[in-house]
Amino acid sequence: MATVSLKKLTKRYGPLEIVHGIDLEVADREFIALVGPSGCGKSTTLRMIAGLEEISGGAVEIGGKVVNDLPPRSRNISMVFQSYALYPHMTVRENMGFSLKIAGRSQDEIAKRVDEAAAILDLNHLLERRPSQLSGGQRQRVAMGRAIVRDPDVFLFDEPLSNLDAKLRTQMRTEIKKLHAKVKSTVVYVTHDQVEAMTLSDRIVIMRDGYIEQVGTPDEVFKRPATRFVAGFIGSPPMNLREAIVTDGKLAFPNGTKLPLPRQFRDRVAAGDKVVFGLRPDDAYPTGHGLHSGEETDVHALELPVTVTEPLGNETLVFADFDGADLVARMLNPRPLKSGDKVNMSFDLSQAHLFSAETGRTLRA
Amino acid sequence: MKNWKLSAPFLLLLPSFIVLAAVVIVPLLLSFYSSFTPFRLTKPESFFVFIGLRNYINILSDWNFWVAFGRTVLLLTIALNLEMLLGLGLALLVEKASRGQRILRTIMMFPMMFSPILVGFQFKFMFNDNIGLVNNALQALGITNNAIPWLIDGTLAFIAILTAEIWSSTSVFAILILAGLLAMPREPVEAARVDGCTPWQTFRYVTWPFLMPFAYIAMTIRSLDVARAYDIVKIMTDGGPAGRTELIWTLVARTGYSDARMGVANAMAYFSILLSILFTVYFFRKLAAARTQIGAEW
Ligand SMILES: Nc1ncnc2c1ncn2[C@@H]1O[C@H](COP(=O)(O)OP(=O)(O)OP(=O)(O)O)[C@@H](O)[C@H]1O
Ligand SMILES: [Mg+2]
Repeated sequence: MATVSLKKLTKRYGPLEIVHGIDLEVADREFIALVGPSGCGKSTTLRMIAGLEEISGGAVEIGGKVVNDLPPRSRNISMVFQSYALYPHMTVRENMGFSLKIAGRSQDEIAKRVDEAAAILDLNHLLERRPSQLSGGQRQRVAMGRAIVRDPDVFLFDEPLSNLDAKLRTQMRTEIKKLHAKVKSTVVYVTHDQVEAMTLSDRIVIMRDGYIEQVGTPDEVFKRPATRFVAGFIGSPPMNLREAIVTDGKLAFPNGTKLPLPRQFRDRVAAGDKVVFGLRPDDAYPTGHGLHSGEETDVHALELPVTVTEPLGNETLVFADFDGADLVARMLNPRPLKSGDKVNMSFDLSQAHLFSAETGRTLRA
Repeated sequence: MKNWKLSAPFLLLLPSFIVLAAVVIVPLLLSFYSSFTPFRLTKPESFFVFIGLRNYINILSDWNFWVAFGRTVLLLTIALNLEMLLGLGLALLVEKASRGQRILRTIMMFPMMFSPILVGFQFKFMFNDNIGLVNNALQALGITNNAIPWLIDGTLAFIAILTAEIWSSTSVFAILILAGLLAMPREPVEAARVDGCTPWQTFRYVTWPFLMPFAYIAMTIRSLDVARAYDIVKIMTDGGPAGRTELIWTLVARTGYSDARMGVANAMAYFSILLSILFTVYFFRKLAAARTQIGAEW
């Protein structure tokens, strides 16, 4: 097991810089998720850690040792590829045992380890098949099995679940979580699915355009997003974000709607500041139907017309017109609402976020 | 009357059937028939004398025929193996080239653009013991002072022919294997590197199994090519000296046209076609096996 650290890690393709000198410390046995929109450089970063992509600048350290010039085989890592990358000409058993065979382990040991891994992943009955005879989910488990038969210092996952259907994905997510609890190793997990990142990881790294926007525990990035981008990226449905101008203790929205300035930001902004106001759907709710009814300290209510509702069974998403555009609210213990109805909407401003409109950074202390 | 009405598809295909029959099937049948006669071009009436399997029995008990047959198989074996190794090497090198790959691919195909007759003349000149490039080079480099009799000594002549053959056709392997390399998915190779493989192990366990079907396709094509080798040998040595580079088809041609014993020549030809069929079947088997191996979907 080992720590991983990235020091001013940079990737350039010719004149084009893709990853801009990122710094990151991954602790021993930590499960860290790299999330971000498509093309932000997650895979590139992971592949530089693996040694599959040349490092243009900075350093990757594994276990305190700079590995920039080591080939992948000398880094003691396992990797699960997005496309599984199974060896098509080998059976499942051979695929899983391949790294051990290359490492020169005995037949008996290979068989034993493969069987163990197969048991964990429920692959025993498939061991003699070839990858072409497997379903997507089964291939994915084989890819996983291939990674866990060894005990590498670091596991690297590149969107391992993105090719699976929703149900299988949820199931495999749980499996991965169990697996990590069992093998307890350092994991760097790339995904663009924020739910996966939130549920699996100890800490989340949110990347955008080759920069790291924020690193934090799932709780931190959810409750205290450092930037407007993180606020919009983490959470489903996404946070409501609106531009506003600060005017004497109020937030003025473009079409004239006003909200009181949330207390926690009162001495962080001055009149005339351009800001972005953010409120999660959980913190906007038809009065009496909220998540934390009764405990709020800074609630403000407005009459808003409903545009559309999305019932989800235990809760309903209510889209209401706020200053000329839809605002999403989460209604627990739903009551029937139809579009056009006026609803008394409570805003829990103690949970609100303000970002600088200019830099996108949070205005929180 | 209804029975006489032929279907439209049949009628439409009829002209091509007739042409095919006239230019392929009839000559084929006639030549096959003639292998059972003592047919000589100089004695047309001999075409109608049926002698059963006598020609076949004669050639099968003819030492010269077996030597030519064996030499053809030997040429085929050595040429194919060397061509595959060289072609593989070339393909791997070209695939590594990050710039100018198109140019390299085109250059690689140059040898295939020359007629084998010209290749034969060129190599005949190069291996000439007096004025040839090869001896000149060897002498200039001080490796030898003698004029090595490349095309006069039997073994050396065989090597010279082999060289010409390999020069002109290695690109078949190179092109097909390169196609395989370019079509190959990148991920399994990367997975192998992460799994701890050295570059050689990556090649041995992942790349090569994937390339095998492509190599077998090239093998099949080339085995047919070499099994009917004629032109290069005809030009370079004409089967000589004293029949020591005689291959099946030079022998067939000599028997048929110089000795005018067409019946025997046809018998030889039909027998040696067996050789080609055997090789084709063998390599197709291998190809099918290799394809199942890599789970190919083509
Ligand atoms: N060989 C290359 N040459 C030039 N640009 C490249 C090359 N490979 C990748 N890129 C660029 O690098 C950027 C980052 O790619 P990367 O694969 O790391 O994205 P990602 O975050 O993994 O995205 P996704 O979620 O779609 O997998 C992309 O904009 C891509 O176009
Ligand atoms: Mg990616």
